[in-house]
Amino acid sequence: MSKEKAKTEKKDEDVAWLDDHGRQFGHFIDNKWTIPENRKTYNTICPSTGEILASTVQGEKEDVDLAVSAARRAFESWSKASGHYRARILYSIARHVQKHMRLLSVIESLDNGKPIRESRDSDIPTVIRHLYHHAGWAQLMDMEMANWKPIGVVGAIVPWNFPLMLLTWKICPALAMGNTVVLKPATYTRLSALLFGEICAEAGLPPGVFNVVTGAGSVGSMLATHPDVDKVGFTGSTEVGQLLRRATAGTGKKLSLELGGKSPVIVFESADLDSAVEGVVDAIWFNQGQVCSAGSRLLLQESIYDDFVQRVKSRMSHLRLGHCLDKTIDMGAVVDESQLKSIEELVQSARLEGAQVYQMNAGIPKKGLYYPPTLITGVQTVSRVVVEEIFGPVVVVLPFRTAKEAIELGNNTKFGLAGSVWTENVSLGLEVALSLKAGSIWINCHNLFDAAAGFGGYRQSGYGRDGGKEGLYEYVRPRWEGRPAVHSSPVDFKKFGDTIPSRPTFENVDIAQLLIDGIMLPTIDRTYKMYYGGSQQRPDAPYSRPIVSPSGKVIGHVGEGNRKDIRNAVEAAHKAAPGWGKRASHNRAQIVLYLAENLELRRQEFIGRLILMTGCTEEVAKQEVDLSIQRLFHWGAYADKYGGTVQETTLYGATVKVHDPVGVIAIVCPDDHPLLAFVSLLAPAIVRANCIVIIPSQKHPLLALDLYQVFDTSDLPGGVINIVTGDQDHLTKYLTEHQDVQSVWYFGSAQGSAFVEYTSAENVKRTWVNYGQSRDWTKPDQGQGEEFLYHSIQVKNIWIPMGDIYAN
Amino acid sequence: MTTNVGRDFDESWLANVHINLPAIKRRAESLSGRRTVKKQWQAAWLLRITTCIDLTTLSGDDTPSNIQRLCCKAKHPIRYDLLADMKVAHLDVSCGAVCVYPNRVADCVKYLKSIGASNIPVASVATGFPAGQTPLQTRLDEIRFAVSQGAQEIDVVINRHYALTGNWKGLYDEVREMKIACGDAHLKTILATGELGSLVNVYKASMVCMMAGADFIKTSTGKETVNAILPVALVMVRAIREYFRRTGYKVGFKPAGGIRSAKDSLNWMILMKEELGDDWTKPDLFRIGASGLLLDIERQIFHFVTGRYAAVHELPMA
Repeated sequence: MSKEKAKTEKKDEDVAWLDDHGRQFGHFIDNKWTIPENRKTYNTICPSTGEILASTVQGEKEDVDLAVSAARRAFESWSKASGHYRARILYSIARHVQKHMRLLSVIESLDNGKPIRESRDSDIPTVIRHLYHHAGWAQLMDMEMANWKPIGVVGAIVPWNFPLMLLTWKICPALAMGNTVVLKPATYTRLSALLFGEICAEAGLPPGVFNVVTGAGSVGSMLATHPDVDKVGFTGSTEVGQLLRRATAGTGKKLSLELGGKSPVIVFESADLDSAVEGVVDAIWFNQGQVCSAGSRLLLQESIYDDFVQRVKSRMSHLRLGHCLDKTIDMGAVVDESQLKSIEELVQSARLEGAQVYQMNAGIPKKGLYYPPTLITGVQTVSRVVVEEIFGPVVVVLPFRTAKEAIELGNNTKFGLAGSVWTENVSLGLEVALSLKAGSIWINCHNLFDAAAGFGGYRQSGYGRDGGKEGLYEYVRPRWEGRPAVHSSPVDFKKFGDTIPSRPTFENVDIAQLLIDGIMLPTIDRTYKMYYGGSQQRPDAPYSRPIVSPSGKVIGHVGEGNRKDIRNAVEAAHKAAPGWGKRASHNRAQIVLYLAENLELRRQEFIGRLILMTGCTEEVAKQEVDLSIQRLFHWGAYADKYGGTVQETTLYGATVKVHDPVGVIAIVCPDDHPLLAFVSLLAPAIVRANCIVIIPSQKHPLLALDLYQVFDTSDLPGGVINIVTGDQDHLTKYLTEHQDVQSVWYFGSAQGSAFVEYTSAENVKRTWVNYGQSRDWTKPDQGQGEEFLYHSIQVKNIWIPMGDIYAN
Repeated sequence: MTTNVGRDFDESWLANVHINLPAIKRRAESLSGRRTVKKQWQAAWLLRITTCIDLTTLSGDDTPSNIQRLCCKAKHPIRYDLLADMKVAHLDVSCGAVCVYPNRVADCVKYLKSIGASNIPVASVATGFPAGQTPLQTRLDEIRFAVSQGAQEIDVVINRHYALTGNWKGLYDEVREMKIACGDAHLKTILATGELGSLVNVYKASMVCMMAGADFIKTSTGKETVNAILPVALVMVRAIREYFRRTGYKVGFKPAGGIRSAKDSLNWMILMKEELGDDWTKPDLFRIGASGLLLDIERQIFHFVTGRYAAVHELPMA
């Protein structure tokens, strides 16, 4: 049968929407078309043919202002409307998208070049799922998100690879939680966002709740840095994500980033190999490989290497490339000329390294931006094509010997977005899935998405999740918390944390006396050390910092930590992390409760120390010690009650959400409540299997150091909690700059908060900062809220399809 | 590389050997306190050390997969962007050799050729590595096999039985035969110093191997309980100095086993520079046998370039 018969011709009604607008589009703000005067325009083209589809506007600052103020106005009523009201609107949008499915699919394919089969069968159905799913979250917000509230105006910035799908991943949770949105679509692909704006208006979305401003990359920055934008939701490249992190540092804006990837497809000899070959097709030739979760590293067990490579090559011989509206193609054109060039440049680098590049060149259309499906062998971990994201239809192949090595190779990357595991052995598949450090793991499938399972990365693939309950937290803030004041005085990021070592203080030294056998003797000198790797440690450079009581007397000395102490402590934490993570949660709970038990044994001593250090009353000191013990019980209880859930996706099988530890977390404690804040921060982190490097209060560090004796008697493994003392800014600098610290929790100054956020961009580590504002640690909502758990975990969704029965 | 042709066995070269362990230890300990390199000089030294690494895998589970990875890592030991940032990409920094078991030599030769890295020599351990407790004929056959597979350097273990019983002539004769079996390949003799009992034995074994034609003397297999340590090295390099004084031949030195940190490796370079001079700080006369060391060097270079400590997963695994 000729495949030509099944082809679709472009029909007039498909482009009628473009013609109705005279093939000219402005911004869509306040449910109205706005074509400002004197703007540059941008012609959006169809990559399959190069044909100009329409002219669009290059927005400027006034356009962003207009859209943000519309969103701000709309926020007043939208955020106060009932969840049920918002649910009805989202439901209506879902219905209207279904009504316009065909139009949306065609516009999406024409503008992006992707096969109509994919926009029709994958993108748009996912869009609809998100709208339905989040209509549900809007309905349930009062129940399920009772301690949270909307943030305000969200600036959403999305890329060109799934223009409509990814925008709905931002706006669905944003709108459901009562926020309003200004969206900047990608330069290359603006049409479906504009069309979606119209559809929302048609569906009854009030004006200003969702606005679209088109333009160049600079419009994205204007939007992100606009003072009235409270949250930036971004999907795109790691480089731009880093720019956004720096641009918004210290402003109190929330930020979620869904960035690049280099996801492994791991095929074991125990896999159904022919099915795994189809998996490779889904992994790397879906959407021309322009997928952040593309399976671009094919890891093959050595025993099947040659066989499998041969099977993939023969499968490649009947992939079809062609016009996006041709129903019978496997792959379309890539989005832009520049993309085509960067793919070719990387593939060429592999050729120069001596790699074997296999390409399927037959039958590629002469016209249009086509890149052939490509398979590269003979490369290794050091090769550029193995290290860097190519964002095209190019897969590299590496062999492995054992499951352990497959995991090591899978994790040997700065990214951590996704991965797939191919085996019929359930025990193997699950162990590998759990060991891979990435946000989505598919077993015997690849590139499945659903609204009920959050999508997002570890490491430099970003933070935050799109979808699922886990995605909602990106669009809410705790009820008690206000929008942090914008930090105004500029911070010199280069000089922050420079410090000079302290000198001896011979005056005002308070040496306690003890009466022994009628003779007054000075008490034995107490030397406080740092604590890492499970033992007391001298500072790398033995300088000391005097600690002063409220009356100005020196009551002790602590080590002045430097970058090498930080390096050592981080190393100790990493050494402990795998073992700590593998312990049963019951065991972690036991240890935290044992800490409480041993702390209570020394209750009087800690009360005395608090009074000596802070000058507080005995009553206040008692409350702080007792609350600290309670906190340990609180978090001990959570050790085995927050591991994850089963997600109700459309998959026949199980989609399991796992709450993974974040990794090594650096915690910088505030000066107030030196014991309670210290305990409140360390406990949730360690019960959720993180290892920490913690900087106690700079003013009152002695209590934290008294605690290491409690740790030592409570079966806490060495390296789980590591304490470094000294100048907080100085230590913060090196913790934040450390590439192997996965998150920084900072409770210090506004400047320090800005520094942490700015500097975290380098390796896209997560941050939790206080913008110089204090919280009341004694209150349960502020001192032990759900946000502590949110910051203690990262979400991984494991997709496990099932089925063996096909007949009676 | 020139080869040490060796000389006839001369027992008198082994007489009057006296070694004071406390003094040796004091010298070894003070080396790193008296000399240090920092900043760009340290980075340069680390790059030099990288070129002196015999990147090694000697495991029962070695297969073409990890051998291929090792070869590629030897060709590109430091991440390309870091070298570019240091403006040394043109230097084509690569490791001194890859070091494997005889059965893996052919894989190495093939992969190195495929990535245009045939300039990196393949070193093979041989002679019943690591214990050497197999018949001489078998040990010699093993050398000939490795050479036929394309190995350009052969790391042999010496017969500890002879060394411990003072049969220096017997040791000389065996090593001499090994030298002949090597043909054009370079001979590195592993003394397994952790099993020689005394530093005097270390000195004598060093001297005997050099007389028999060793191009390198090497501390250890990495499988003994005590491997490369500085006091032992001092004795060996002083023997090298003595042999050079007597014969005019420069014999190379290769510490192996237990050198895991960049800082350690710098101390080894300082030892070479101070005791033997600059000629012995280059790959033709100095090698370090290691696998994990390279990762730490790459981390230090990362820190030099970026000012930040690297995460291990950001560096390509070997």
